[in-house]
This record gives sequence, C-alpha cells and structure tokens, in this order.
Amino acid sequence: MYIIDRRLNPGGKSLANRQRFIRRAKAQIQRAVRQTAGDRDITDLERGGEVSIPADGVREPSFRRSGEGGVHDHILPGNKRFVEGDTVDRPPGGGGGGSGGGDNGEGADDFRFVLTRDEFLDLFLDDLELPDLAKRRVATVETQGVRRAGYTVTGSPVNLALLRSMRNSLSRRIAMRRPKPAELLRLQEEIALLEQENGSPERLAELRRELEELQLRTKRFPYIDPIDLRYRRFEPVSKPVAQAVMFCLMDVSGSMTEHMKDLAKRFYMLLYIFLTRRYKHVEIVFIRHTHEAKEVDEETFFNSPETGGTVVSSALREMQRIVAERYSPDSWNIYAAQASDGDNSPNDGSTSATLLRDEILPVCQYYAYLEVGSDSDRMQTGFINHKTSLWQTYETLQGQSANLAMRKVNHRREIYPVFRELFRRRDAEAGARAP
Amino acid sequence: MSLIERDSLLFHGADWDFGTIQRIFDAVEAIGVGELGLDVYPNQIEVITAEQMLDAYASIGMPLFYKHWSFGKRFAMHESSYRQGLMGLAYEIVINSNPCISYIMEENTATMQTLVIAHAAFGHNHFFKNNYLFKEWTDADGILDYLDFAKGYITRCEERYGHAAVERVLDAAHALMSHGVHRYPRKKKPDLRSEERRERERHLHQEQTFNDLWRTVPTKGASAKPALSDERRRALLELPQENILYFLEKSAPRLQPWQREILRIVRQIAQYFYPQRQTKVMNEGCATYTHYRIMTRLHETGQISDGAFLEFLQSHTNVTRQPEFDDPHYGGINPYALGFGMMQDIERICTVPTDEDRDWFPDIAGRGDAMGVLRDVWANYRDESFISQYLSPHLIRQWRMFHLVDDPDRPELKIEAIHDERGYRRLRRSLSRHYDVGWSDPDIQVIDVDLAGDRRLILHHHVLNRTLLHKDDAQRVLQMVANLWGYAVVLKEVEPATGAIFQEHVAHPHETLF
Repeated sequence: MYIIDRRLNPGGKSLANRQRFIRRAKAQIQRAVRQTAGDRDITDLERGGEVSIPADGVREPSFRRSGEGGVHDHILPGNKRFVEGDTVDRPPGGGGGGSGGGDNGEGADDFRFVLTRDEFLDLFLDDLELPDLAKRRVATVETQGVRRAGYTVTGSPVNLALLRSMRNSLSRRIAMRRPKPAELLRLQEEIALLEQENGSPERLAELRRELEELQLRTKRFPYIDPIDLRYRRFEPVSKPVAQAVMFCLMDVSGSMTEHMKDLAKRFYMLLYIFLTRRYKHVEIVFIRHTHEAKEVDEETFFNSPETGGTVVSSALREMQRIVAERYSPDSWNIYAAQASDGDNSPNDGSTSATLLRDEILPVCQYYAYLEVGSDSDRMQTGFINHKTSLWQTYETLQGQSANLAMRKVNHRREIYPVFRELFRRRDAEAGARAP
Repeated sequence: MSLIERDSLLFHGADWDFGTIQRIFDAVEAIGVGELGLDVYPNQIEVITAEQMLDAYASIGMPLFYKHWSFGKRFAMHESSYRQGLMGLAYEIVINSNPCISYIMEENTATMQTLVIAHAAFGHNHFFKNNYLFKEWTDADGILDYLDFAKGYITRCEERYGHAAVERVLDAAHALMSHGVHRYPRKKKPDLRSEERRERERHLHQEQTFNDLWRTVPTKGASAKPALSDERRRALLELPQENILYFLEKSAPRLQPWQREILRIVRQIAQYFYPQRQTKVMNEGCATYTHYRIMTRLHETGQISDGAFLEFLQSHTNVTRQPEFDDPHYGGINPYALGFGMMQDIERICTVPTDEDRDWFPDIAGRGDAMGVLRDVWANYRDESFISQYLSPHLIRQWRMFHLVDDPDRPELKIEAIHDERGYRRLRRSLSRHYDVGWSDPDIQVIDVDLAGDRRLILHHHVLNRTLLHKDDAQRVLQMVANLWGYAVVLKEVEPATGAIFQEHVAHPHETLF
C-alpha cells in the first residue's frame, strides 16, 4: 500500500476547463457582469463575485425522455394505509405521488457561479482595452529606492551573507585540503592507543609527525577567512510612486438630474478601476459643490440632493486645499475628474480658469472634464452646437496644457467610447510629438 | 487490564498522521482480507484537500482528463454550492484502476479515515476487481494510461485544428455519450493499451505515404456497381446499431481522422463508466456492507474506541437513511440504503432463515457462509439481476414498499401492488426494471442509410410506455448528429409493437461547421 500526499500539488487543475467555460459563455457572462456593475459601488466593483447566467446557454443536451406524457411507475417506500387497487388523487404538481418523478434533467433556472476579481475585470473592461493603454499613457512619478543586486566583498556586518560566506569557506577548505576534525581525532586516538599498549616506537613517531603536520596545516588554513566573506549588495533604483488619489468633482445643483449623476458615476467607476490597475494604492476624494463646495462620502456624493447656485471655483478651491493638506504632489499621483452639466455663474468663469491653470493643472497628472447632458440634448447639440459657459471657460485652457481633457456625454452607452477616447488621444499626441 | 486495552487502540482522538493511516490500513486489511476473504487490487491512498476534491468532482473523479468547458461548468457549479454551504463533499473518491486509487480528504477525522479506507480501498476495490461487468468492460490496468493518451491527443488536436473545432466534436460526442456504449460483448475486447500506438502508427503511415500527385490523377468514372440488396447493405454497415457514436466513428462519410479518434475516445470512456451505471446499488451496497463489518470487528477487537465507533455509526446511519415517500427529504430510493439492506438481509437468510426464506431462497437459506454467498453475488450480478433475484419479502415488508402507477389516461394514480403475498413478486420485478439501464435509457438505434443514395440517416426511438423524448433536447442532439454525419438525419419515434410513428425530428447539417 502506498500513501501519497497530494495536498501540496499545484492547485488550479481545472483552470483550463474554467477558461474554456468562460470563453464558451462569454457573451452571457459579459452581459451579467455589466448588469452587476451597474448595481455596485465604485470601490466594490473590483471585488469580482457571483454572477448568474441563464442555464440555457451552457446546456448539455442528451437524448432523454421527457417528464410529461406516457405511463410512469414508481416504487416507493413507507406505505402506511394503501392497499392494492386503491386510487390516489393526482397531486397538484403533476408529479407522481409526491415522488418528484424521475426527471433529473437540468431545470431552466439560472446558473450561478463566482467569478474571481481578475476574471470579472477582464470581462468588464474587455472592449475597453484598458490595460495596454494604461501602460503607455500614464506618466509615473519616480522615487528613489534600493534593491538587492548580487554580492560584494565589502560591506557592513549587518549585510553579511552568511550562506554565501560559509559556502566559500567550505570550498576553500576542500581545495586547500584542510584536515577534518574527525581525521585529527582519529590520529590522536590511535596515538593514545599505541602509547597505552606500548606499540612500535617508529610507528608512534610517524603518527606524531603526521599529527603535527596536520595541526600545522589546520592553523595555516583557518576555518573561516576574511577572503570568504561576502556581503549582500544593494543598488539604488528609482521606483514609480505607487499611490494615487482621485478627485471626483461634481456639480450637485438642482439642474443636475439623476440621469446626469448616473453618467458621472459610471465615468468615475471606470477611472477608479483604471487607476487601481495601475497603482497599488488609490484613494478617492469626493467633492460636491453648488455655490459652495464640501468634501463628502460616496453615499452622500451620489444620493443626497442639494440646492443652490453654481460656483465651480469653490470646488477647485476645496480641491486645492485638500491637496495642500493631505496629498503632496511629490508623493501622490493626482487625478481629477469633474462632472457637470456645464452651468456656472457668469462672474466665476475667469476665477475658475485662473485657478485651474495656475494651481490645479500643474499638480495634476490628468484632469478630465466630463460634461453630462440629458438624453434629449443630443439633437440640440447636433444642430446648434451650443456651448455651455463652463465648456467655454475650459476650452481656452485646453490648448495651453496637455493634461486637461474634456468631453461631452449624453447617453450611458457613450461612456465607454468617451473614456477610451480620453485615454487614447494622449497616446496619439505623444506619438505625433515624438518624431 | 485497562492499560492494555488502551494500547490496542489504533488511534486516540481525531488527529492522524501517515503512521496512523498505515496502522489503520494494516488493521483493516487484516480483517478485510483475512476474515472477510476480500480480493483486492493493490491500494494507493492519496490525501487531498477540499479544492482538489472539487477538481476531481469536475472531471468525473478521474485524476487526469482532457479539457472541456463542461468540466469547468461543473466545477463552478460545485464550487459555488460548496462555498455557500449547500453541499458537503464526499469523504472519498475511488478509481477503478490497478493499483486502485482512493482519495481521502485531509479534514476527515481518524475515525472517518478508517471508515473511508474500509469503504473504498476494500469494499469498492473488491467489487471493481471481481464483478463480471467490470471484468468484461473495463481495463483497470490501462485506464490511467489511456486517459493520459486521450488528454494528450485532444491537446494536440486543439493545437493543430483550433479549440473551436475540437470543442464542437467533443460537444457532439458528449451529447451522445449515453448512446455510445456496446451493451453486449463483441468479438474483440477493446484493448485500451494499444490505442496510442495504433493512432500514432496510422498517422505516421499517412505522412510517409503522402504524395500530392495522387490529387492530380484523373479518377475513373463512377463504375456501375451492382445495386446491393437492402438487407446486405444494412449488414455491411452493421445495422441496426444502437451504439450511435460507434456507428458515426466507423461510417460517417465526411469526418476527418482526428474527429473519428475523438469520437472513439469519448466512446471508450463512456464504455469504461458503463458498468458503474449498472451497479450503483450493488457497488455502494458492497462497500457499505464491507465497512460496516470491518468497523464492527475493529470495535469488537478493541482497536477503535467506543467514541470512535459512535462517530462511525452516526455517519453510517446518515448514509444508509431511507426517508419515506411522504417525507420532505425523499429523493428517490437511496442506493446505499437499498444495497446495504439487501446484503444484510442475505446475511440474515444465510444464518437465521425463516420458513419463508427457505421457500424463497432454497439454495442459500441456512447455508451459514454469508461471506461466501455475498462474494458470489458481488461477482456475478448487476443491480437489475441482483434485485430480481435477492429482494426478499422480509425486506419489502420492512420498507413497506408499494407500486404506484401514473397513467395519464386515467384520472387518478393507482396503487398497483403493496407488501403482501400477491405483491412481492410484482414489486420485485418492477423495482429491478428501474435499475435496468437498457430500460431506463431511451432505446435509439441507427436503422438505415443509403450511402449510395441521398445518405439520409434514419434513427428510430423505440418508445416505451408512450414516453417520448424531451423535444428540445432531442432536436439539439439530432443537430449534432447531423453535423457529424454531414447529411440530413431523421429521428422517428416509433411504437415498437405496432410500428406507428408518434413523431419525427429532422436535422440538416450546418455546412460551415465541419
């Protein structure tokens, strides 16, 4: 009999099967993922989780008898009062005598299962081609760090590489034929034995000479020598700063409808995922504003209504304050996304523009302005090409700084393309500038 | 005295290590082989984790299997219900191979490991080695090698012809799996060992003898062959044929060689599992009866403690519980319960028979040697014949079985038989028929095809009890048959007695698919 411990075998034996399954049901799973994504919080989106798809799409059909029609008979245990020839009313479910019948086929129920975080995101971002874009586009701030780089013969004692030093020592001892302690011990014992038994003096003298020679050799070649010592070497490298903060700015004045907020939320979600794939640590700051701005939590940001005028510069000022207080541009990658319907109080235009140009844009990696419109707006813009006051303000800045982007979105389905375009445009520009 | 008793225990508490497993195994072997006279393949016991158990579930319990999405689906399904706590995992999985591999879970207690070793490594193992169906249809020595070959072959096909193409063939083959077995021995036994060599040689030969010039040689005009008689034509194609996969593999005109090989692989695997489907009650009954005897004996000889024995009894009674039909937990007849009950009943008949038993089972009643009788039963029966031979009136009364008939033409359900003198034989006959795979699978056969004519493949479903096929599924499977066959396929649902046709399904191949 053999006992084999398989517990340490590499896991994920069914991974290939799982990939095949997901590929098979991709269209349905993707639909389910999109649907789930709509119901979730921004930060929650990253977690993967259970989705359910209609069982029909992954059905494995076989020739089997249908449950209906035809004569069915059942042998059942636990008879209490029936005698032969009795008749029983058909139970309302249609099954045979409460037995559940013999139909073991798959029902038409949904098929539920759990996607991992990576699978979930891959499917969610599948048509966005985000990962590739991200690599090329994001400018990363660098910081100095150190990393291991081989061994050196000099160094401080804390960096002594013990294993490597002992290995060198061992090979040197072997190469120099340094006598082993066991060898010395054997000789000494033999000498002691001879002395005790008064063995032949020549032999004794020979052994003593041999012992002396070996002891001399032992002294000459020390067990460990400075030449053996090795130290771990470190070299300085520059590492990208792996943290980012994302500012979500939104106008919550009465003119922003639920539809507009939904558009904004979707955009923030995408940006958040995009950033978390690039940076180890991403924080989100929500700033909402009417005629005055306030930092709030996510729930309040999207859901609680507010009334008042619209002064964009208040939000920018708030952001500036938070940056100064908590997020030093030296160690944080700062991203900002502003969503608004484009209204701004007439005398605030130049203040906002100056603030943005002189204070905000220099510290930001990227500033995205998303103008959300209602669904019915689209016709209008097509004909009249009406420009909102905020749009006009920002338009002047766009030419001056490369890290400001602005887009207009009216419908949910435009979010993905717009997002993609925002992150692609830079890329194309960079390509054009390079030669 | 009490000190000595304590020392005779195989283990204390729930913890175990590999030394414990070895001791347990030796003790169980001493009883299983020495006292019960079991004859087993050499054992190999593998300790696995829950995740690995889920892996094994997904690939029908086999340690290695080719890749297919349906296994991924099964894994996802099991995993999510396991995570939610809806489903516990089996304590063990055992594979009919030589050496016989049993997987045991790492979180089992020492008592459970003892139970599992007695159940799988001796009960199932003995059954696999001795039952005539397994001897006839499965090759325990070669199965793992064959699965290895199948896995490698399908992977190579995927590389060469693309995932999608291979998947389509596998999908179709899986759909026909239940109609891909030979139910009667054929002239030659399938020799699984030579499969790999055979395929490689054939491929090599094709590559060596390939000559592009043959393509350019002008062919003869179609020679006027004498028309074969219908009878002769069918005989040449071995028609009628109930093994649809076999027929397609051998005769489908437009399949590529690799596609035929894949059909063959699926067919061989279906054939390997065919005996298991026919011996569920016996296989589980044999294993349950064996573990019950061994555990009891271990307790009697003081090798396991009272506490461990009670722990065993709890899981044993859980496994062999049979809820009554009006119980909300009722989900059909529990094969463990029926098998164990019948085997205990045989033991009773052999040792303390009543007059009734002497009437019903004259050749075993009072024979004394229960194990001898059981070993003979395990070797020479399958579920259907076992039940029709050995279900005793005593057990029928004990279970209070009754026979209920659901005829859609009648307004009410009818009790056809109960546990009385008039009912015993009828109950036994109908119960045994439930376990006849040939009766419970729809009987579908390839009836005819005119290869020289329109090549329309004709299948018949011989309808039993007026129960037709599930329409939607039948149409889907038929579509797959058509794709493999390459020409139109028609499936007629026929009443065998009168020849009346209830329904016809037709499918035409998708030209682009193959």
